[in-house]
Amino acid sequence: MNLEDLARSAGEWLRGTGPNHDIVISSRIRLARNLAGFPFLVRCRPEQRDEVTTRLRDVIVRASSGQWVFIDVDRSDELDRQFLVERHLISRQHAAAEGSRGVAISPTETVSVMVNEEDHLRLQVMRSGLQLDVIWEEIDRIDDQIERESAYAFHARYGYLTACPTNVGTGIRVSVMLHLPALKLTGEIERVFRAAREMRLAIRGLFGEGTEYLGDFFQVSNQTTLGRTEQELIHDFKHLVIPRIIDYEHQARRTLLKERSLVLDDKVWRSFGALQRARTMSSEETMLHLSHVRMGISLGRIEEINLGTVNELFLLTQPAHLQKIRGERLSGEQRSVVRAEYIRRRLSEN
Amino acid sequence: MNQGQAHCQRCKKAVATVHLTEIERGEKRERHLCDRCAAEEGVKVQQQHVSLNELLTSFVIQQSGVQQLAQMTCAQCGTTFADFRNAGLLGCPACYDGFEKALIPLMERAHGGATRHIGKSPRANRAPRPDRTQELERLRRELDAAIKNENFEQAAQLRDALKSLGEK
Repeated sequence: MNLEDLARSAGEWLRGTGPNHDIVISSRIRLARNLAGFPFLVRCRPEQRDEVTTRLRDVIVRASSGQWVFIDVDRSDELDRQFLVERHLISRQHAAAEGSRGVAISPTETVSVMVNEEDHLRLQVMRSGLQLDVIWEEIDRIDDQIERESAYAFHARYGYLTACPTNVGTGIRVSVMLHLPALKLTGEIERVFRAAREMRLAIRGLFGEGTEYLGDFFQVSNQTTLGRTEQELIHDFKHLVIPRIIDYEHQARRTLLKERSLVLDDKVWRSFGALQRARTMSSEETMLHLSHVRMGISLGRIEEINLGTVNELFLLTQPAHLQKIRGERLSGEQRSVVRAEYIRRRLSEN
Repeated sequence: MNQGQAHCQRCKKAVATVHLTEIERGEKRERHLCDRCAAEEGVKVQQQHVSLNELLTSFVIQQSGVQQLAQMTCAQCGTTFADFRNAGLLGCPACYDGFEKALIPLMERAHGGATRHIGKSPRANRAPRPDRTQELERLRRELDAAIKNENFEQAAQLRDALKSLGEK
């Protein structure tokens, strides 16, 4: 597997399938872990950092029976790192950091294991739709496999020790990425934000911490990691938090259909037309139009293309992806032309 | 000193109860006023005293606290609490014990009041069955939630489960 092969399709988590896939793009769980016997990264000398990388690379590759590929992020060029960020396989922080670090990726890209990010180890499992139980089973198993060969820093009272005390305990972050165009259109998204704050949940944009709500995508995730079990947290997400937000979005969509169907249809078809015909398109504009078209598909207004194609376009029209697909470096202006051309071609194939 | 019985310098009638020392253009001036005149001149006696005291007290506590905290150093890795405050990151696992006093309130704030881990633990630490205290705690919390949500069927099941673990 090399990155060029990945560039032409999206990973499993964008397939547009799985439970509640009309609203839930993907579910993700990450676990933060540190090795016993080493300082946390801010206090690691370069040779200790190297040792953590080497040790964890061997353990991870063995745990996957050689199935996963390990990428030395510090030796990857900027475009490759940006590409991994766009695919949600590494964080922005991991791309921008310095020193020995890496990521292991499973062939379907459902698993990624960052080495030497904020903690020695950041395990992540991602799937399309709302599938938190399956994800927990998988990540729990991988976590056990790694721990069998490399003891983790663990405290009887505080649990798994992390560099930042806001992650200590379970070290878990459950995130669900939602497409909420109707709540955004009606302005009721504020209700969701308020409810989330009360439940100590964070709402972020498409690429996590500090990113904007591009294309009406919202990532809902937990903030507290002490005092509750992993199962309790997952249970709440699966049975309380996410179903309620899905319900709000459905209500907002029904209201729009009933009271403002002309406005709604105009938005959907105007965006579809732009995507099919435009000669140049920025990343932001693309996200906006794809979001409207995605809503149009969910509401049965557009039948020519499916959710999977739209999900894929969200990813493949990102800057690093376009450059990978074209096999050359492109300026922002050039990208807008290539992007519009690529979208026109993909939409006419269907 | 017989200030308590002096008359107010403003109304010259009531007993002066407020004694001010003002410094204007380098000159010291003492003034003695009654409560009412002081109030009319905008001197909020009672409040000023309290808030000043409070301010000083909390200031002193804060100052000594900050200095003490900033100088705390992890014996294992040499990270100071000031380092942690600047970077937001601890230096090593031992920092959790080294800075415990300062970290507990911080963790309480960050984790909705919780300061104790429940949930997964490494295999070596894992009891063959879930730790009884943890299990009781979990069931009790679920029971509270079930009652709050008026999910009485679930509540009854949880109560049975608690009984079977030996809780009265």
